[in-house]
Amino acid sequence: MDWLLAADSPAQKLTVMVVAIALFVAVVGLILFLVDRPKNPPRWVVALGFVGLPLAGLAFGLVYPGLVTIKNSFYNRDGSQFVGLDNYVTALTTDQFLIVLRNTAIWVLVAPVLATLIGLVYAVVVDRSRFERVAKALIFLPMAISMVGASIIWKFVYEFRPDQPGVQQTGLLNQVLVWLGIPPQQFLINQPWNTLFLVVVLIWIQSGFAMTLLSAAIKAIPDDIIEAARLDGLSGFGLFRYITVPSIRPAIVVVMTTIAITTLKVFDIVRTMTAGQFGTSIVANEFYTQSFGQNNAGLGAALAVLLFILVIPIIAYNVRQLRLAEEVR
Amino acid sequence: MATVTFDHATRLYPGTERPAVDQLNLHIEDGEFLVLVGPSGCGKSTSLRMLAGLEDVNGGRILIGDRDVTDVQPKDRDIAMVFQNYALYPHMSVADNMGFALKIAGTPKAEIRQRVEEAAKILDLTEYLDRKPKALSGGQRQRVAMGRAIVRQPQVFLMDEPLSNLDAKLRVQTRTQIASLQRRLGVTTVYVTHDQTEALTMGDRIAVLNKGVLQQVGTPREMYDQPANVFVAGFIGSPAMNIGTFQVKDGAALVGNAQVPLERTVVDALTEADGGKVTVGFRPESLDVVGSGTAGSFQVEVNLVEELGSDAFVYGSLKSDVGASDLSAGDSDQVIVRIDPREVPMKGDTINVAIKPGQSHVFSAATGNRLS
Repeated sequence: MDWLLAADSPAQKLTVMVVAIALFVAVVGLILFLVDRPKNPPRWVVALGFVGLPLAGLAFGLVYPGLVTIKNSFYNRDGSQFVGLDNYVTALTTDQFLIVLRNTAIWVLVAPVLATLIGLVYAVVVDRSRFERVAKALIFLPMAISMVGASIIWKFVYEFRPDQPGVQQTGLLNQVLVWLGIPPQQFLINQPWNTLFLVVVLIWIQSGFAMTLLSAAIKAIPDDIIEAARLDGLSGFGLFRYITVPSIRPAIVVVMTTIAITTLKVFDIVRTMTAGQFGTSIVANEFYTQSFGQNNAGLGAALAVLLFILVIPIIAYNVRQLRLAEEVR
Repeated sequence: MATVTFDHATRLYPGTERPAVDQLNLHIEDGEFLVLVGPSGCGKSTSLRMLAGLEDVNGGRILIGDRDVTDVQPKDRDIAMVFQNYALYPHMSVADNMGFALKIAGTPKAEIRQRVEEAAKILDLTEYLDRKPKALSGGQRQRVAMGRAIVRQPQVFLMDEPLSNLDAKLRVQTRTQIASLQRRLGVTTVYVTHDQTEALTMGDRIAVLNKGVLQQVGTPREMYDQPANVFVAGFIGSPAMNIGTFQVKDGAALVGNAQVPLERTVVDALTEADGGKVTVGFRPESLDVVGSGTAGSFQVEVNLVEELGSDAFVYGSLKSDVGASDLSAGDSDQVIVRIDPREVPMKGDTINVAIKPGQSHVFSAATGNRLS
């Protein structure tokens, strides 16, 4: 039965998986069975029976690694020596890492704003049009593609071939440039614009998400309010500015903060398209590079903690806005 | 201030056979309070929304004053509308809600403030001007919706069931407030309701619609005393009029065991399509309780007595030797008789009643139109 611990063939691995699932079901079943046994169990026993396992999972998979990461960030590259705030000083003062922080700032500022704006305009434009269903499905499709898949697609779009006679451009964008009589560009290499071309990929993915939520919010605006606004003299852009946007403000905040959090955590796009070279690295990519590429666990941990600290205010703002929105309701 | 004219105005929703509003002809005088009333789906709201410009007009014209507004944008019609759900902007304060139309029109801020404060004073809203609609009660929201209309100083007020979201007591109170406010401002008003009591109490004139067709226009008194057809007769009045169809014999209608004499002109007006029958209606208060054997009286068996203090109503069924009749009031399938609240019969008793002279309404059995 050694293969249970060291499975080699696919068949063995599948068996291990089935055994693991069976074990999980058995354990959960046993816990719930035991909780159900006493006639009048105390409330805390029932609560523990239901949330105990997930809490243990969270503690083991999230809280413990988090604490270890925070601890590691105060140690040197192999965790053998306490170095105080040195890792943070390095991360916040070295030119290389300042570029990383600058890029992260660009991502967080540009991606949520543009994705939300595009999603909002799109939602308003297709609202109640004849092609609404098709148009919505089209813009939502990128959401279904993995970040890596999307990155590969866009890498083809940005593909560059040297501008020489007899060389055909294979990238869509460069071919368009050639047709327009403009020399082809190295979109992923030319700094500082290459970061923006990476951000475009995330916007492409997230616009569909923004559109879906905002479209639902727009449809929830009562018809008579729109009619009252029309009687009050609004139409077109005025209606959008004075009625639509204020009415769906809570939804806009939720969409923007959600995309901002996603943006801070973005790793796949940069990893797949440039691997963080040519001055495109961002915090999530850099802490991976430092931890596993450069074997500098301390610096990697410090970057991870920085990322964590950056996300906190956005989440806090999000929760606050949600509470406010509930009060208005 | 202006008149409003519907000239053969028709609205046909795409994909439907029957027009929601069919050839509506209606003239509303300057400063008049006109109530559009009818059961749900009769086209009264559609008519109002056509006047507002929220609904297309597929045929005919609509005029405000002498101006043809059929194809004019809602905002350029110089009207203000009060919606059933008030349609206040939730993200704006009461003052901003009331002054919003002026702000869009580019009115100077000081003037907006002044007009909003004037309207707030009239409506008793001054202390709520800085609140959001969510922080107001239903009645206060209703007044803000009124205020929004007043501030615009329009040619015409349009009101779409503005009281239907209020509780019964507040509705009665607000009813009188709106009516007196309209008299005071003297602005032409078109008011839509499904409640005939509201129509009778508020309107200078009432227009009854049914299935998209205008049935009758007139003062509340005319509508009550001279209903033009069976529909209006049954719709106006509470409790409803007793209406039934009876055989005509020797110039009289056979109501139960009684012979109710008909006028000569009525009998002459009967056609072959009527099949020797006539529809007779009489209001609960048009009946007198009389001694048995009185000429022209018929018997009603008491099923229920409803005492209201000042009045008492007997709900009963017509006793007849000639077989069952369809005599009933409204949807109740019972005959309603108003009686002296001090001499109330018991359940199961039989009373003799006779129609007061000149208080019966006679309609053609075939067309439902008034004959008398």
